[in-house]
Parts: sequence; structure tokens; C-alpha cells
Amino acid sequence: MQTLGLAPWLVGLPLAGAAVLLLGGRRTDRWGHWLGVLASTAAFAVGLVLLADVLRLPADERVAVHSLGTWLEVGTLQVDAAFRVDPLSLTFVLLVTFVGTLIHLYSVAYMAHDVDRRRFFAYLNLFVAAMLLLVLADSYLLLFVGWEGVGVASFLLIGFWDHRRENAVAGKKAFVMNRVGDMGLIVAMMLMLWQVGSLSFGDVLGAAGGMSTGVATAIGLMLLLAACGKSAQFPLQAWLGDAMAGPTPVSALIHAATMVTAGVYLLVRSAPVLEAAPTAQLVVAVVGAVTLLFGAVVGCAKDDIKKALAASTMSQIGYMMLAAGLGPIGYAFAIFHLVTHGFFKAGLFLGAGSVMHAMDDSVDMRRFGGLGRALPVTAVTMGLGWLAILGVPPFSGYWSKDKIIEAAFVGEGWRPWVFGTVALVGAGITAFYMSRLFFMTFAGRRRWESEGEGARHPHEAPFLMRLPMIVLAVGSVALGGLLTLGGGFTTWLEPVVGHAEHHDPVLPVWLIITLTLVLVVLGAALAFRLYAVQQVPVEPPASNALVRAARRDLYQDPVNETLAMLPGQVATRTLVYADRTVVDSAFLRLASGVRRAGDGLRRSQNGYVRSYAATTLGGLLVVAAVVWALAY
Amino acid sequence: MPITNYLVLAGILFAIGATTVMLRRNAIVVFMGVELMLNATNLAFVTFARIHGDLTGQVLAFFVMVVAAAEVVVGLAIIVTIFRTRRSASVDDVNLLKG
Repeated sequence: MQTLGLAPWLVGLPLAGAAVLLLGGRRTDRWGHWLGVLASTAAFAVGLVLLADVLRLPADERVAVHSLGTWLEVGTLQVDAAFRVDPLSLTFVLLVTFVGTLIHLYSVAYMAHDVDRRRFFAYLNLFVAAMLLLVLADSYLLLFVGWEGVGVASFLLIGFWDHRRENAVAGKKAFVMNRVGDMGLIVAMMLMLWQVGSLSFGDVLGAAGGMSTGVATAIGLMLLLAACGKSAQFPLQAWLGDAMAGPTPVSALIHAATMVTAGVYLLVRSAPVLEAAPTAQLVVAVVGAVTLLFGAVVGCAKDDIKKALAASTMSQIGYMMLAAGLGPIGYAFAIFHLVTHGFFKAGLFLGAGSVMHAMDDSVDMRRFGGLGRALPVTAVTMGLGWLAILGVPPFSGYWSKDKIIEAAFVGEGWRPWVFGTVALVGAGITAFYMSRLFFMTFAGRRRWESEGEGARHPHEAPFLMRLPMIVLAVGSVALGGLLTLGGGFTTWLEPVVGHAEHHDPVLPVWLIITLTLVLVVLGAALAFRLYAVQQVPVEPPASNALVRAARRDLYQDPVNETLAMLPGQVATRTLVYADRTVVDSAFLRLASGVRRAGDGLRRSQNGYVRSYAATTLGGLLVVAAVVWALAY
Repeated sequence: MPITNYLVLAGILFAIGATTVMLRRNAIVVFMGVELMLNATNLAFVTFARIHGDLTGQVLAFFVMVVAAAEVVVGLAIIVTIFRTRRSASVDDVNLLKG
């Protein structure tokens, strides 16, 4: 590959953008946001050049590694600062830079009135750079650098409006929960070092087949823990909803392009390890299935438009994890769904941002309604994203999600029935809550005041915000079909994830598709009846226990607080008590003993010359006596 | 007369000097005690030089004299200054430097 040397620039350009904006300070305020857009666009252009180059090569030469030299050399461990350009990383590069650039563009208008817009763009660039480093790294260690960079950037962006306490707390929550996952990655790397003695993808994944099942399972589970933290999967999902505290473009970026997709990337990249450990693979699928339902149930009860979308992301990433846990038949579809999801979820979030822009930053869907007429462009673009996430043919989501559902039905024993049913039911619930979101916002009678106090005057967003929404909507419509043409996407990924043999699902394919579509239509119809035809109460009505639980995220915070926070607090308090009573008091007593000894000795320093003279003489006599005694 | 008698004399003189330093309060008298001790050591040095047939002891005695002369100058100056400010030459009155 001639253009392989360009790979480091993908990371370097946005990083340089962030550095200029952060170091330049207020001087760059006037043009800083355009520099941010430029850096992201330039990275996208580099990505396109690399893509064109890779596409020219035959399939078996499409994996290339570009090393910048040795990065670390400790004993027998040697880690290169190497970038891996292959179909998988390139897919991510293009998704991250393309969607990222659109979000940058959108933010120019969305953050126009924010005094800290330049800082915001610096963080966005940092986010993109970290994510690109994560997907381009050729070793787990370099990946970890990007992994942590993504964590830092998300912390900075979620808590961007940190003058409000909740936002700062939400940023901290995301950071801390991510750290739990990071521990998984660190332990996984230690296990790799112990077993393989190397951290580069080539060595570790090549040696995966020769590992004992126990070691492979341990590494696989630790990687899963890491992925759970970053991708907000059960049981580390609690930070995602609170992360909505960040500005809406950040939510779009986190959910579509950077951050939550990293976990899926890690698992698909580490596929050989998972294949050597069937138990870990099963756990991945189970975690995916649980999260899929968890997110879907939570999404049904949320009245906050952004939190409903966040729950939907959790659920959709659950689909990807499920696919990643299904083995070779699932990897390509996990990534495929990730790409299409990136488009329609970014579009939905940007649409939600546009609605918030129109409604003076209100996010309560019970106070929306009938906005379709006031915001036609937003309604249409979000509508297309909505149809895509529902999986209505021929929109993008149909091509990717339906394949995952089909793949979930492949296998022997109880697994296809359980995973398949969960995926199927998930699709129905998805249809319900996404239609609920759409109808509550755009259909029905309006539930906001147009006159008097608290009046809203919804208006369409400026062109710079509409343009990315339109582009993403086009992607939501066409991308899935385009990439499916002739099995294009699966073939494209084959050099990385391997060729998947075709297996027949336990149910006929036409039946699965029909069932999915029936459930989707049922879910959407129910939502239409409840939220478009019937009047939506402005105050959330009292409901059954499940709805109440779902409104509180199925009690994820109380559970975390009881299981993790309280024991932790008890442990720290005990330690503090022990520290005070044992360690501190020992040292305090030592100090007071020294002081008392000093007080005693002070009496000899009485200031009388004659007594000093007597002491000197006494000392002399003692020395003389000792010398005399030693001599005889 | 055995030469060791000189050493006995030096010891006696030193003891008198030391006793003076420790028992008397008047700074001038204390000073005289110090001089007595120095000269007792000089006597001991010279005696030892004689016993061993080695001039080192005599040289040291000269050094002690030089130092004693310097010390007298500085010491007396201090005593005079203290007497001027405090109207007393008692060493027990000058006890501010203590722990």
C-alpha cells in the first residue's frame, strides 16, 4: 500500500486541532470552531484516500501494519507504535470521521451562543483523535491509550456545562464506571503478557488458538468487562443515561461514532480469543441479550427525549454484543449494525437537539406534541431515522438488525430459541418505544403553550444544523441497502473476521422476517394508538410496578449503590477509623514521647556557664576513666 | 627530684583552676581560673616534651599561649561590655541563652 504512511495523520490531524485550540486559548475563539471542523474533515479525507487504496488491493492483501518504531522496550516486552489499516479499522475510521465531521458542523450552529464554543470543539477533536487511535492501534497497549483518551474526552464533554452540579456528577459517574471496565482491559493485557509475552494483535490473536480454555476464558471475560464499561452494557450501563447531561452533539457523538462502539470493536477485534473460549462467548451473547431487553424496557418509560434515545442505544449495542457473541456468523453483522446504527442514531440525536433548540432546551416529551408542522425538516429526518431503527424495509436498520435476528436463531440446543426470541421481542419493543418517542414529539395535539408565560415558539433550526440531519437521514435510508448489495459488507470484512459458513436458522428465514415485521408493526401500531390518537397526559400517570421501575432505569442506581457504593463506603470508613486509631495514634504517641524527652533534656540547658563547665569536666573525667580502664 | 613532680603540680594547678571556674561567680575570677587551667596544661606539655625528648610539646605550649592571649583580649572585651550594660560581672546573671 503506497498511502499506508498516511495512517498516523488520521490521529495526528484532530489531535493537532485539539492542541491548537486548547493551547491557543481565547485568541482562537473567533475561528476555532472552523479549525475543529477542518481537522475532522481532513481526517475523513485521509480515510477516503486510504479506502481507495485498500479497495484496489486483492482481499488477502488488505491488512497492513505501519510502524512508527519501537514505543516501549522493557525486558523481553517490546511494543511498537504501530497502526493497523485493515477493512475493520477502516470501517471505523470512515464512520467516526464522517459522522464526527457532520456532528462538528452541527455543533458550529448548535453551540453558537456558548462562550466556550472553542473549548467544546477542542474536546470534540480530542474525542475523535482518541477514537481513531483506538481503532487504528495495532496492539492492545496502544488501543488502551485511545481507550483512555476516549474516556477522558467523554468526561470533559459530558460535564461540559459543569457550572451545574448534576452535569459534573454525570461526567464523574461516566468516568468512574468506565474505570471499572478499564480494569478489565488492564487485567486482560496482564494475562496476555503472561501467556503470550506480547501485546500486538498479530501475536496475541495468533496465539489464541493455542491457549488453554481457562486462560482464553479469563481473557475473554476481562475483555467483555472492558467492553461493558465502554459500551454501557449490563451491568455497567448506569452511566449512559446520566451522560445525557452533556450538550446534544456530544450525545450524538458518544452514541453513534465514538465511545460506545469501542466495546463492540474490541470484542470483534479479539474474535479469535472468544472463539477459543466458548464460555466467554456465551457470556458475551447473554450480556448482549440482557442489555438488549434492559434498554428496550427502560426506553419505553422515559419521558426525557434524550434519555429515551440513550436507552435505545443501550439496547441496540446489546444487539451488536449479541451478534459478537454468536461467533463468526455474527461479527460482520455486529459491525454492519454498528455502522447503520451510527448513522440513524446520530440523525435521531441531532434531530432531538433540533427539537430542544426549538423548544428552549426542554426535553420532556409530555410537553411536546404536534411539532411536525412547526419543524418539518426535523420531523422528516427523524422520521427516516425512526423507520431505520425500526427495521422497516428497505431502510438501513432492516438490513443489519434483521440479519442479527436471523443469526441469533442459528445454532443447536436452547441457544437459538432463547437468543432468537429475545432479539425478536426486542425488535417489537424497539418499535414501540421509538414510535412512542416519534409520535409524542411530532404527532398528536400540542401540549405546549404558544402564548402567555412559558410560551414556546418552535422554529426550524438554522441551515448548518439541518444539513447534517439531512445527510444522516439519507444514510439512514440508503446505507444499509447499498452496503448489502452483493454481500458487499460481509465480503469486505472477511480479511479480518474470516469467512462465515452459511448456517440455516432453526426457523425458516421467511418466517423470521415475517415475525419481525409483524412485531414491529404491532409495536408501532400500539404506540400510534396510545400516543398519537389518544391524548397524552402532561403529567406522567400512575402506573404499574414495571413502568415505575423502568422510569427509574429498573433501579440500576439503587442496586449499584447497595452492591458497590455502600460496601465501599463502609470499607473506606473502617479503614479511616483503623488508620486513626492504630496508625495515627502510634505515630502521635511517638511524637509526644520525643517531645517529653526533649522537655526533660531542656532542663540541662539552663543558661548557667558554670553548670556547662561542670558538665564538660564531668565528660572529660568519664572519658579519662574509660581510657584508663581500657588501658589497664 | 623526679620529673613527674611537675606533672603532679600541673594536675594540682588544673584542679584549682577548674574549681575556680565552677565555684566562683565573678567573671574576672572565672577568667583567671581558665588562665590557670591553660597554664597547667602548658606545664604538662613542656614536662612531657622533656620526658620524651621531643619538641612537639613545647611547640604546642606556644600555640596555647597564643590562643590564650587572643582569648583574653576577646573575653575581657565581652566581660567589659556585659558589665557596662548590666552593671554586674556575675556569670550567673548572664543566663538568657537557655532551652
